[in-house]
Parts: sequence; structure tokens; C-alpha cells
Amino acid sequence: MTDYNFAYLDEQTKRMIRRAILKGLAIPGYQVPFASREMPMPYGWGTGGVQLSAATLTPDDRLKVIDQGADDTTNAVSIRKFFEKTARVATTEHTPDASVIQTRHRIPEAPLSEDQILIYQVPIPEPLRFLEPSEVETRKMHELSEYGLMHVKLYEDIARHGHIATSYAYPVQVEGRYVMDPSPIPKFDNPKLSDCAAIQLFGAGREQRIYALPPHTKVVSLDFEDHPFDPSKADAPCALCGDTSSYLDEVITDDAGTRMYVCSDTDHCQTRREAGHSKETAA
Amino acid sequence: MYVAVKGGERAIDAAHDWLAEQRRGDTTVPELDVAQIREQMTLAVNRVMAEGSLYDPDLAALAIKQARGDLIEAIFLIRAYRTTLPRFGTSRPLDTGAMDCMRRISATFKDAPGGQVLGPTFDYTHRLLDFKLAADGEDGASASAAVEPPETAPARVPHITGFLGRDGLIEQEPASDEAPPDLTRTPLELPTTRALRLQALARGDEGFLLGLAYSTQRGYARNHAFVGELRIGTVPVEMEIPELGFTVELGEITLTECETVNQFTGSKTEPAQFTRGYGLSFGQTERKAIAVALVDRALRWRELGEDDQGAPAQDEEFVLSHADNIQATGFLEHIKLPHYVDFQSELELVRKLRRQATQATETEAAQ
Repeated sequence: MTDYNFAYLDEQTKRMIRRAILKGLAIPGYQVPFASREMPMPYGWGTGGVQLSAATLTPDDRLKVIDQGADDTTNAVSIRKFFEKTARVATTEHTPDASVIQTRHRIPEAPLSEDQILIYQVPIPEPLRFLEPSEVETRKMHELSEYGLMHVKLYEDIARHGHIATSYAYPVQVEGRYVMDPSPIPKFDNPKLSDCAAIQLFGAGREQRIYALPPHTKVVSLDFEDHPFDPSKADAPCALCGDTSSYLDEVITDDAGTRMYVCSDTDHCQTRREAGHSKETAA
Repeated sequence: MYVAVKGGERAIDAAHDWLAEQRRGDTTVPELDVAQIREQMTLAVNRVMAEGSLYDPDLAALAIKQARGDLIEAIFLIRAYRTTLPRFGTSRPLDTGAMDCMRRISATFKDAPGGQVLGPTFDYTHRLLDFKLAADGEDGASASAAVEPPETAPARVPHITGFLGRDGLIEQEPASDEAPPDLTRTPLELPTTRALRLQALARGDEGFLLGLAYSTQRGYARNHAFVGELRIGTVPVEMEIPELGFTVELGEITLTECETVNQFTGSKTEPAQFTRGYGLSFGQTERKAIAVALVDRALRWRELGEDDQGAPAQDEEFVLSHADNIQATGFLEHIKLPHYVDFQSELELVRKLRRQATQATETEAAQ
């Protein structure tokens, strides 16, 4: 690996990505096209996030990588190893200790600070994509703030199901302008997008788009006055740390289908257990 | 009891060890070396170079070995390597008229200057398994001294479409020395230009383009293509070095070029004329080059004033967004990755909806 540059990408490419990041930060929620590179992991494995991390990391950084909230899921391990090898940066599993956090599908439970960057892996950056397949059309819709179609979709959900039937990748509006896809985080995490102290960067490698939220940006989940946005989670405490307010994974523990709920954010759960919390202390 | 989330790291290491073992296979069978793949799996090497967008037979052969013969995986390895290479500049436009052809055929003229040269083709073989190849030792063909190449190859083999062009029978493509855009350095913007489309098609998946091209033959934006000419051979690549003030030859590459002659257009002001489709691809990759030419022609409907028939092969955005097999396979296969979190939120929602539905029915029943 000695033949590769720091953090894999060459400096020209990083410069190009940094320009896209700066443009994204200047126009919060706007999808900036960028010349996404082929990476040594497949599209869909987080190539957008990896490119953002590569362009963001400095030798002094401390990197945390999570997938589904956990540091030890296979893809998180693989991406963390990639940067250990190509950038030789320090890594951590502890959210407050990380300066750069790459994530897939979750926002950490611990509040983020001003000296942190949260990098999301994004599969489909276009929130309007499933309503309008053509990129030419959707870019025009963003230009004109023509978001009626999205509201009609949400309304149709309510008419059909009595609820907005989107539970993850729930669309948001940024500072009253761009409608944005928050990546497939559960809608439970949506409130954490708003007024976040950290810089939030979103990278979609295959779709060649970068977008961003500068610190303390106002991000509103789309809803209706009579059907307000409702961040939801499993109605149970964590079986390990007893937390009643964190997002939970449901685990099937035996052949009879017994269920157990545990924190999806493994660092959050571990930290609580180390502080003496358990299911018993919660009750 | 709770093991699902932990243990990823050890699992990955074990999987990689097993993969390496499987790649090697039975160790009593001699290991393939990269040169053997390069020399004896040439068409696989060519496909990997073409869709990997990197002309390097040795690296392509290595990628095929490492990928256990999975060509899309090999293309992926090449792409991931290519992406780290610096880009020095743009070569002089290749002169395919100066190609040293090993194969050159025309389906539109029985004979033409330069002649019909079959070259090393499967076209007229009988597809019978040759059990002699399975037996140990050299097969008959290679033992009986290779065919002598003709003593004096003709210096220039003129393009067939040039003959049609001289009589105004085929549309003229305006010449341009402009450096084409680079799809791997600039994000794709739609609508795009023909040069960029051809570039995207050249690295597109052979199977996808084959299917699309075939669909045009079966009536989805039919444009009735004749293979005006198909040529395979080597051409020199030259680059102008500004510091030197002259061009230097960097080397030779093998290319396949296909020019189709398609249905004519005409109007009150312009008499009928044939139109063109064009495909150019690294190595001996003629299925690919022909497919590219057919799809190129179908995509030109607007420019040629044809109707949009709503056919997939006419839809630039559809074709270009889905032709890249590395993008496609990545996104397709990523659904194997964990989606616990999203699925969990869906579970919550479905349960909630069901609960409310049950409550509603119960209330109705009670009334």
C-alpha cells in the first residue's frame, strides 16, 4: 500500500471533492455533482462516504466508523481498516473521542460537538427519485422549489394508511429551501439533523453527488399540521443497558422466535453499561 | 446469548482466508500464472481492459486471476487501480485508417480496397467441443505452424463509409480535434454529447449493451443496421508534448472499430442519405463494438429528427445511468449488507398500522 497517497485518493481528487464539500456547505441541502472516483470497495458499500472521509481526514484525526449504529458490523470494520491502512489515522469506537465519524443508516445517540464531522453514506441522494425517475426533471423541480409532488405522496400515505408510510430516509427541508434525503436513517434520528453542532456531510458515490449541512442548520421533517412528524422507535427498554430513549434493534434469540431489544448504537450502550446502567436499574 | 452484532472482524478475516484458498483450488493442480491468462484467455483480458477503461493486458490478466475468473470483479479491480493513476493529458486523435488490421470485414460490399480479411474469428467455426484440447499436450492447430502473416500489409486500409461519403450517400460527421470530455473526471450531466455517450458506452457492460442493441433489432427503435465495416488491429497512440513541441509515439494498442450504415433520412431540402452508428472498443471485442454502434445510432434519434418511440435504447438517461456494470453490481449486491435499522423502523410501522386496524375492527364489532 506504500504506493498509494495518504487516505488512498490523490491530492487532485481530494481538492475536487473539497471544492464540492465547500459548495455543499454554502448551499445547504443542495446536491452538488462531483466526479466520483472508483474506489476499491463496491458502489453501495459507502464509496461516497469513503471519498468524503478520504478528502476530510488529516493525519491528526481520530476516525470512528459505524454501520447500523455499530462499530463492529462487517462493513464498518472493513472501512475502518481501510483508513487504518491507507491513512494510518487513529481510530476509536467512542463517539465523543472521534473527530470524523463515518456512518451508514444512523446518527450516534451522543450529541455531537463543533469539532466533529459526521459523514453519511448515501445510496439515493435524490428525495424525489421515486416520484420522478428522471434526473433532468428532478433537478428542475429543485430549481423551482416545486415540491408539491412530495406533499401529495405524503398525503396519499395518510389517506391510505392513516399515517405517513415512510419510516426511514424520511424527507426533510433545509432552511426552508431544499428538500433533502437524510440518507436511510430511521426517522427517529431526523430531529438530530437539525441544529446539530457538527458539520454533516453526505456522499453518494454511484450517483456522484455531495451535499452538506453546516453546523446549526435548521432541518425540518416534512409533515402536515394535523399529522405532525412523529419520530418512532420500538416501545421497549434496551435489554442490556435499560435505556428507554435510544433507538433499538430487535434481535431474535431462539428458534421459538423470542425477541430481545438492544441499543442499535453499540458505543452508547457500552458507555451506559460501564456507568452501571442495566435493565434492572432502569425499572 | 447475544452475538449477532459482535465478531465482525474475525468473520471477515476468516472469509478472506477461505476465499484465498478457494481461489487457488486443488493444490495438486498446477497454479495458473498471469502470463498464461494473458496469452490464453485473451478475449477475457480484452473485455476486462475495455470495461475497466485501462489498456494493460498484464494487469487485466492479474485481475482475472485474483477475481477467480469473475470478469465483473476483475473489471472492478482494474477500475479501482485506474482511479489512482494520474492523468497526463489527451492523445492525438487515433487514426483508425492507419490501423494494421488483423481482421477487416464489410457486410455491405462484397469486395473493397483493402479486401475482406477474416482474421482470427469464431464466425465460421463449428461449435463442437474439441476434446483434443482437453487431452494433455499441444492441440493440432497450434502445432501445425502458425499462419504466416502476409509479407507486405497494405499501408492504409480505407474506411468503407469513406466510399459512401464521397458520393454523398452517407451523412458527414463534422471533424473535430477538440479534446473530448472525460467521464471519469467530470460528473455526467444530461443531456450529453455524442462523444461522451460513446465514451460511456465503450466502458459499459457488454451484456447490457448486447441486450439493448438486440432490442433495437427486434423493433424497439429499429434502425436497421448494416455492418458497413468491422476492423480489428493495432494503431499507434501519439501524444503532443508541449515542452518538446512535437508528437511522440507512446505505443500501440489493439482496437475494434465498428461502423454501421443505417436507415436513411431525407427531407424536402436534403435528398435521402444513410446515417451512421459507431462503436470503438479496446482489444478484440467485436460483439461489444457492434452493440455500441447500434445503441449509438438509436440514441441519435433527436439529432436525426426521428420520433421518440419510447424505446429503452432511445432513452439517453436510461442507457447511460444503467450501462456501467460496476455501478450496477455494487448497488444490486449492497442489499446483502445489514439493513437492521431500516427494517426495524418498518417493523414498528407495520405493527402500528396492524394494531390500529385491529382496534378499528374491534370497535366496529362492539357497536
